Amino acid sequence: MLTGISSLIGNAGILLAAQNNEPDFMIHGLIKYKLFGQDLYITTTHVSIIIVTLLLITFFLIMKRKMKNPEEVPGTLQNIAEIIVEAIDNMVNQNMGKNARRFVNYIGTIFLFIFISNISGVFGLRPPTADFGVTLPLGLITFALIHYNDVKKNKARAFTSLFKPLFFLFPINVIGEIAIPFSLALRLYGNILSGTVMMALVYGLLPIFVKIGIPAVLHVYFDLFAGAIQTYVFCMLTMAFVNDKIAD
Amino acid sequence: MSQITNEGLILACSAIGAGLAVIAGIGPGVGQGYAAGQAAAAVGRNPGAKSDITTTMLLGQAVAETTGLYGLLIAFLLLFVKPLT
Repeated sequence: MLTGISSLIGNAGILLAAQNNEPDFMIHGLIKYKLFGQDLYITTTHVSIIIVTLLLITFFLIMKRKMKNPEEVPGTLQNIAEIIVEAIDNMVNQNMGKNARRFVNYIGTIFLFIFISNISGVFGLRPPTADFGVTLPLGLITFALIHYNDVKKNKARAFTSLFKPLFFLFPINVIGEIAIPFSLALRLYGNILSGTVMMALVYGLLPIFVKIGIPAVLHVYFDLFAGAIQTYVFCMLTMAFVNDKIAD
Repeated sequence: MSQITNEGLILACSAIGAGLAVIAGIGPGVGQGYAAGQAAAAVGRNPGAKSDITTTMLLGQAVAETTGLYGLLIAFLLLFVKPLT
């Protein structure tokens, strides 16, 4: 569908142009616009991210209306919502203990967003998380959260702790802190991108009779399994870093 | 030899570099295998904690995988974005 729109508008907007005979896993620009004298594009990532966000918003708006008068014996939708909320509550409670109430909303939000983004490859979208421009902001939000809570809890000790255990280790400590959002972002990005590239190679390079059945197995591994694991890892590491700063 | 263009040489060297970059996969392979082996031993000693052990193992393996992914990213950059040409 997306390639259809792309060819309709014309291939002028291709950001990272692929050769015609290469498998297609690149980000394509769909609509070109100018802002402050720069050429910018609405890319396939934007389209995927809007679809994912709309899906989540619609689901939770429906759930909000449904849960205004919850039933004693839950129906299908109520069951799904209860499973999601319970799973996230349990995960955060296990890792953060008494601080869980403050962070469960943030962790739940990024968990659902990253999870739906990662598995959207199954539904034919290009996963939004296979774009460094999506994962880096997620890492930076976590970075801001870590240091906001660090300063809030430890006051001045948040800065003096950079000089420990020895004062000349200051540059190494700073690099260690700055590396956190990049390692978080690159881990997610690399995993999902490698899955996307593998699937594109399987679809693009293999003969037609191999394409029946075998990609389904690979989809289960690269999209569902790796996507779920990476979502879990991102949330666990976020919780571990925050917990490290606000622990007594 | 004289018909090799500059661009062709750079492309060929990029391909070799991409191949060298994914040698980084050795490290995570060894690390993940070690983690899985230790997890198997742990399940053998204490089968009741199987779910906890599996979760911890998968988390550790996913983190160990990161260094390999950095090599993979370099390979992708060299092959598809072609920064040097």
